[in-house]
Formats: sequence, structure tokens, C-alpha cells
Amino acid sequence: MSPRVESSGGNEKQNRKCSASTKSHRSTRQSPVGEKKMSAMQEISPHVRNMKQLQYAVLAKRASRIKEELRQGVRKPFKELIEVCWGDPHRGGVKPLTFVQQVLAGCVYPQLVDSDKLPVDVRQRAELLLKGCAGGSVGSYTATRGIPEVVHRISEFITSRDGGAPSHPENIYISPGSQWSLMNVLNVLVDGEASPRTGVLTPRPCYLSSNLSMVGLGAVTVPYDLCEERGWELRVEELHGALESAKGVCRPVALYVINPGNPTGHVQSRESMQEVIRFVSEKRLFLLADEVYQDCVYGEQSEFLSYKRVLMEMGPPLSDTVELASFHSASKGFMGECGLRGGYVELVNLDPAVMKCIYKLFSTDSCAPVLGQFALDLLAKPPQPGDPSYPLYREETQHIRSMLVRNVKRVFEVVNGLPGLWCQPVEGGAFAFPRLHLPPEAIQRAEEMGMQPDVFYCTRLLEEAGVFVSPGCEYEPKKGTYHFRFCIMVPEEVMEELLRRLSSFHTQFMKDFS
Amino acid sequence: MSATRMQLLSARNVRLFNRGRSELSAGVRSPTSPALWSPSPGRALSGLSATRRGLPKEKMPENGASARAKVLTLDTMNPAVKKVEYAVRGPIVQRAVELERELSEGIKKPFTEVIKANIGDAHAMGQQPITFFRQVLALCSYPELLNDSTFPEDSKSRARRILQSCGGNSMGSYSASQGIDAVRQDVARYIERRDGGVPCDPDDVYLTTGASDGIVTMLKLLVCGKGATRTGVMISIPQYPLYSAALAELDAVQINYYLNEEKCWSLDISELQRALDEARRHCNPRALCIINPGNPTGQVQSRQCIEDVIRFAAQERLFLMADEVYQDNVYADGCRFHSFKKVLFEMGPEYSDTVELASFHSTSKCYMGECGFRGGYMEIINMDEEVRAQLSKLVSVRLCPPVPGQALMDLVVNPPQPGEPSHEKFIKQYLAWLFFGLMELKAVWRNSSRIAC
Repeated sequence: MSPRVESSGGNEKQNRKCSASTKSHRSTRQSPVGEKKMSAMQEISPHVRNMKQLQYAVLAKRASRIKEELRQGVRKPFKELIEVCWGDPHRGGVKPLTFVQQVLAGCVYPQLVDSDKLPVDVRQRAELLLKGCAGGSVGSYTATRGIPEVVHRISEFITSRDGGAPSHPENIYISPGSQWSLMNVLNVLVDGEASPRTGVLTPRPCYLSSNLSMVGLGAVTVPYDLCEERGWELRVEELHGALESAKGVCRPVALYVINPGNPTGHVQSRESMQEVIRFVSEKRLFLLADEVYQDCVYGEQSEFLSYKRVLMEMGPPLSDTVELASFHSASKGFMGECGLRGGYVELVNLDPAVMKCIYKLFSTDSCAPVLGQFALDLLAKPPQPGDPSYPLYREETQHIRSMLVRNVKRVFEVVNGLPGLWCQPVEGGAFAFPRLHLPPEAIQRAEEMGMQPDVFYCTRLLEEAGVFVSPGCEYEPKKGTYHFRFCIMVPEEVMEELLRRLSSFHTQFMKDFS
Repeated sequence: MSATRMQLLSARNVRLFNRGRSELSAGVRSPTSPALWSPSPGRALSGLSATRRGLPKEKMPENGASARAKVLTLDTMNPAVKKVEYAVRGPIVQRAVELERELSEGIKKPFTEVIKANIGDAHAMGQQPITFFRQVLALCSYPELLNDSTFPEDSKSRARRILQSCGGNSMGSYSASQGIDAVRQDVARYIERRDGGVPCDPDDVYLTTGASDGIVTMLKLLVCGKGATRTGVMISIPQYPLYSAALAELDAVQINYYLNEEKCWSLDISELQRALDEARRHCNPRALCIINPGNPTGQVQSRQCIEDVIRFAAQERLFLMADEVYQDNVYADGCRFHSFKKVLFEMGPEYSDTVELASFHSTSKCYMGECGFRGGYMEIINMDEEVRAQLSKLVSVRLCPPVPGQALMDLVVNPPQPGEPSHEKFIKQYLAWLFFGLMELKAVWRNSSRIAC
């Protein structure tokens, strides 16, 4: 990586030249017929082979192609794509929070801290964060759990959020995104070589990455159905049913819940959570609570309560004994800093000997990216009234909040006004998950093309209306039901445009296939 | 923040700027039982009757902990994880942290500070970051600064280019799981320049969360089988503990091949053969890991040695994993870094069309030393297309590598060029790193006459 290199980046011609020269190179890499490759398919981990291929990847390729065509001036019925397949507010057009951007810039380039370019509280915060870094640099490794001061502030945040229920830094691990720590905890729970295989109860529908992680580790996912007709409610009878279905198939060790739900947008009531806690206690299951959307709650009757809080308020013996892992992230909520990869897990009531093993496992990851850790710090302790940055911070977060509330309302109004489409009220989370009641002809056409019906719909929506959403089959809902998921964390004008295009496309689609 | 003058790595004035609490964990203490906390009466509880509080209270033992057995114990947990050890952050480190705490409490010791030389963390030891990199990343973090005239123009144009390749022009957006396209293309061009024109397809480049992430992902892909067919992976001894930890976690078979200390930790093919032949009796060896330049040994393999290893891998059908994160840290006279890829392709199609290779690099080492950004990449050569699809699945569950790390990698493979405003300062900082690093290594060698090195 000597700096004595020649040309520098950004040249499109060079890119194509590079690809052209490697095209011919690549073609010679096909093995002669009959000669076995070193890493042939049959010698790949079966757990990896069992992981589903994502439909998203195929749609993403098409989306890239469409963007390229638009760049080249190809005429289409739309000028740009609306990309709402991921829970990625910045991609959707939501502005990042100024305070977060400023603090991170100050930490990355501390010369800014010595100047007047940033507000005084930003500079103070950057200085404070850098003090916790070895060598005063964001380029240093940190402690395994995370920078101790940051972990401490997260524990204070949790305690305050949970009405005083204590949270201890030794039980918290920061990781590159919450899915990473979920994977680590699953790794401790799941014995990939066990017989009978380890099972994890997961919601149906469920966020795809979590299910993939479980399968990739060799676990069996045991779905429990969420009740769509009742706003995707979690019903304890379904949990019992799922456990029953696991008999003779696998040995369930954990129950995974997502609250607020993804893709469903359901926010659990306290009573529902208490039922879940009693269930896991009675059935001796580890509780995995994915709570990354805790800041995204819109329903008037809805309130986010953490599983930790509900558990603690149920008192002993449950509060002493139910083993819980709760996950949160800087990727969602007002901050939306998905790309920084900052998430954490809080572990409650775990066996101390197991905690030692967990520590070692996390330590092999070295540490989470420092900027991701800082994002969590700002999440845990945002500007307070009286701070110079507070007015702007409040204005920006209020704006995002009112945007989300409005978007949720508009989605309900517009989507539910279209025949063949119905969306449960979005109480929380980042997505709408409308149900498609597709005409038989559309389903048949999809089958002829070798596609899932909802993939067929989403592909047409992308190609004809320039709206990139995620097909429902990715979330493994009940068989024979079709949905699609789209992110609602977009500016209001983008949402209006999305709904306009969706309405027009959907009306035409239903006409074409009726 | 101190001046940009490079800190020396001498034993005399190495300081660990360990402000605040220590940067390596104090280890695990038992979680305090939360049962001692009583929820304060309030809205949350007012609706709950006694029966809604759960099961009737069990009799509590004296220490307050419940007598109920845990669900997750050493017996019920994944047995593979129990075997994981990682010395780099293990008991000695924890003891070091305790000693630091004791020193801060005024307890007298034969030393006034603990010098933590156990981990390859240059900034922690006082190495200064490259100004250009930090300027571009600051501009990417807070694009308002693009209006600030104190930032050089080339840093602004780089920042604009990076931001344009990010969703919503923000580093806070997810990127594609394989990494930002534009960055992968730049990495491919860097690899081509490094290897004297040997082609690199950007689709073969995967950006990762540090090199370790790529290494573990590849191992996850390759490890399968049971009993005598369980995958075996050859690793050098002495080794970097990530490998043994990952193999333990995956329940793979670790096959040790010993480097020759008397010959400057060189690699003998006969030793590789010995280790392989013995391992074949009880497992299915499928991969050979080599760290070059070596960690912890510091040896730089000769070109001949690399050719021999490639021939060996071809003959024995082993997947080659080349950990090359220290490729810029080459100091000794007469030593040169040869990338496995370059040597492979210079050996002609018999090898370059068949030997499967993964090569790893990182932003954590070399003159950058930016460990905290967790930037890295791997280049995959000659992998079966179906297997590549499996790799994509594995990569996708991580969602994406940290975008600032990807942006940093882009700058590292594309540093300021002659004529650009930041070039002069960049070269000065690079040469200072090179010069002082070399001087300090020579000082260590001179002062350690009784330690074979």
C-alpha cells in the first residue's frame, strides 16, 4: 500500500477497462470438465447451504440496472427510484441529526475541537468521547465490551428508560450492529452439531436476517404465528402451539420476539409481554428480545415497554430467574445511523460461568467500530434542555416524529383505499406490511414465470413505477398469504410520491389480471 | 490534541495514553442480582394485582439468588464456544488492567506505568493518524464542512465522491453487503497496481469489518463434516490467536504446522507435508492459512517459499487463506513483500486457473493504524460460482461492513497523488512513520542482544 502509486480514482473509463480485462481473465477460471474444485458445493457447511437465498439480491440487481439506465437518460415513467426496501432512513431521504454529525466529525478530526467551527457542547462531547479512547484516537481498538464510559452511559440510559430498574455495565456488550450480538448470543445457545437439533421459536412473519443467522448456526426455526387480523398480535396460544409442533423435531432453547415488530409494526401491550415472560419461565426458554425500534412508536394507544422493565416489575422469582438478552441499535429511531454499525445487547440473569464464555466470544471480534460506539453514546445521552445544541436537536427530532406519525396515517388511508390491498395499522417500527389479495390470474402468471406471487408483484412495481419494496415471502409469513414491506421513514413528500405511484400501479395491475 | 509530530515507538518514551478507564476490559464479574431493586410505585404498577406478578414466591436462599436452575449453563450451552480462548484479550490483559488500577490508587510497584505492547494498536501507542484521511472522514461525517475553506480541495472532492456512493449521501446508510461498489472498484485497481498489472475483478472483492471478519466468514463457509471427515484447517505455530479461536468456535480441526525459529521463523514445505499427512488420519484437511508478514513472528516469506506453498496447496487440494494485513510493514534489508495473488499468477495458468485463494487486508495496520474503524477487505480467487453464492448469503446476515471503514479503505487504496494539495503532507507523514518505525526496531534489536530475535 505504498503511496508511490499512480492513477487515482473516479474514472469511469478505467472502471470499464478494468472489468473488460478481467472478463477474459474470469472466463478462463472455469475448471476443465471433470476436475473438482477445492471448495466444491458438497464441501460447504450444510448450515450455510440451508440458509435461504434472498429475493432481495435479485431485485437489488434490477434496481441497480434501472438506476444506471436513468443515469444514461433512458426514458422511464419515473425520474428516480424510491428505495424503501430497507429500514434505512438516510437512504430514504431523512436528514441525519446535526448534533450527531458534528460530534462524529469532531472526534474523527480533533483539530475541529480546538476551533470555533462547532458549537461548544459538541466540542465538549467530542473531547469527552476522545478521552475514553486509547491514544485519544478513534483509530484505536477499545475494550471488548466497548469504551467503558460509553457502556456506562448506556447502562444509565437503560436504567432511566426502565423506571429505575438497575442496569450494570458488565452485562452490556457493544457490537457492530445489533444482529452481530444476536449472532453471538445465538452461537452460545445453539449447538450446530447437536442431535436433536437446537430450536428457536421465531415469529411468523419475521425479520429475515435473524432467521438466516439461526439457520446458519445450525438451529431449526420454530415459527409461531402472529395474528394479522388483530394487528399482528402475539398470542400465547400460538407459542404453545409452536412448542407442540417442535416435539420430535428439535429441542427448543429460546424464544425470539421483535418488539416493536418487524415487518409487522405491532407494539406489544404489557399484558402480552407478561404472558410471554411467564411462558418462557414455565417452558424454560431463553428470551431474546429484539427492541431496536423502541423509539419508533406511533399508535395512540401504544407505548413501548422494554422486556427488562416488564420483567423487573413482575418481581421475584421471575425477575431473578428469567434469562433475557435485549438488543438495541443506533440504526433506527431518529438517529438512523445504520452505516456506522453500532448496536448493543444487555444480558439479564445469566449464569456467571456462561458470561465468562460470552466475554471470550465477544473478545474474538476485537471491538465494535468506534464511531458506532459513539453513535450509541449520543443515543443514550442526547442534548439536554439548556445545551446550545438542544433547540436544533429538538426541532429535528420533532420533525422526524411528526413526519412518521403523518406517514403512518397516510399509508393507512391510501393503502386501505385500494381494492386487493390491506394494511394493519402501523403502531410502531419502521415499516408498513400490507397484505396483497392477488387475483388468481396474477398468481398463475407468477407461477409460470417461476416466481413467488409477491416477488412478481414487487418486480413489476419496481420496473413500472420505480418503487423498490421488499416482497413478503422474505419474511416467511403464513403459506398462501402475500405481502410486501416498505419503509415509512421517509420525508413526507417522498411518501406522497410513493403512495401516488403505488396507487396508480396497483389499480392498473389489478385491472390487468382481473 | 497533540501536534502532528510522529511519536516514537522506543521503549523509552512509549506511552499508553490511557485516559479514563482502561481500554481493555477488567474481565467478567458476576452480574449483580437485580432482584434487590424494588420498583417504585407508580403508574406502571398500579394496574397490577398480586396474582399478575407471576408465580408464588419461592423460598429464597440467604444470598438472595434463586435456587432455580438456569436455562443456559455450561452444560447446556454450545460446547464449541466453551473451547474458545483469545489470549490477545485474555487473563494477562485482565491482570494488566488490574495493575493499572492499583497504580492509579497509589499502590507502589517497581514501575510507574504499564506499557501495553500486547496488541497491534498503533494509535494507542501514540502513532498519529494521517491528516488527509481524517479530514475526508470528517467531511463525510458532517458535509456542512464542505463549505469550510480550511479543508484542502482534494479532501473535499474525495468526500463528495464517497458521499455520492452512499445512499442518501450519508455514511449512515447501509451499503450493499459486499461493500460500496465504487470502493470495491478502487480496491481492485489498487490490487492491480500492487501486483504489477495482474487483473482484479471488483466482484472478487468483499469489504469486511476488519480482516478478522473476512477470515471467520471464510472459515464458516469451509467447515463441515463429522468425525473423520470434519474439516481440518492448517495454521502456523506460533499463530495469531484469532485462528485457533475461530476454529474452536466452529468445532473445526486445528492442524498445527511449526515455523522454524532457528531459521527466522521460515516455513518448510516438509513440515507442511508432515502436518498434513498426520492430520489426514483423523480429519479432512481443506484449508491452509498463512500469515505473511508473520504475526507474531515478523518473518517475511521469500518468493520461493510462496511458490512452494502454492504448489503444495495445488497438489494437496487446499484452499489458501493468505492473511496479508502487514504487507506494508516490511523493514529488513533484502526483504520484500510478495502477494500470494501476484506469485500465483506469475506461476502460469496451471496454478492461476485452479488454486483457490482468499487474501485479506485491513486498515488496522501499516501506516494507517486505524484499528477502531474496522475496515478491511478480502479478495477471493478462483472460487466455484455456486460456492460464491453461498458466501454471499453469509455476508448478507451481517447486513454491511461499517461505512466509515469502507470510506477509509477507499482513501488508503487511493492516497493523495503528486500535484494534489494534500500530497506533500501525506508523504511526509508516511515517511515519518516508515523512518521512525525502522529506527525503533533497530534500537530494540540492538538492546536485546540476549533475546534471540
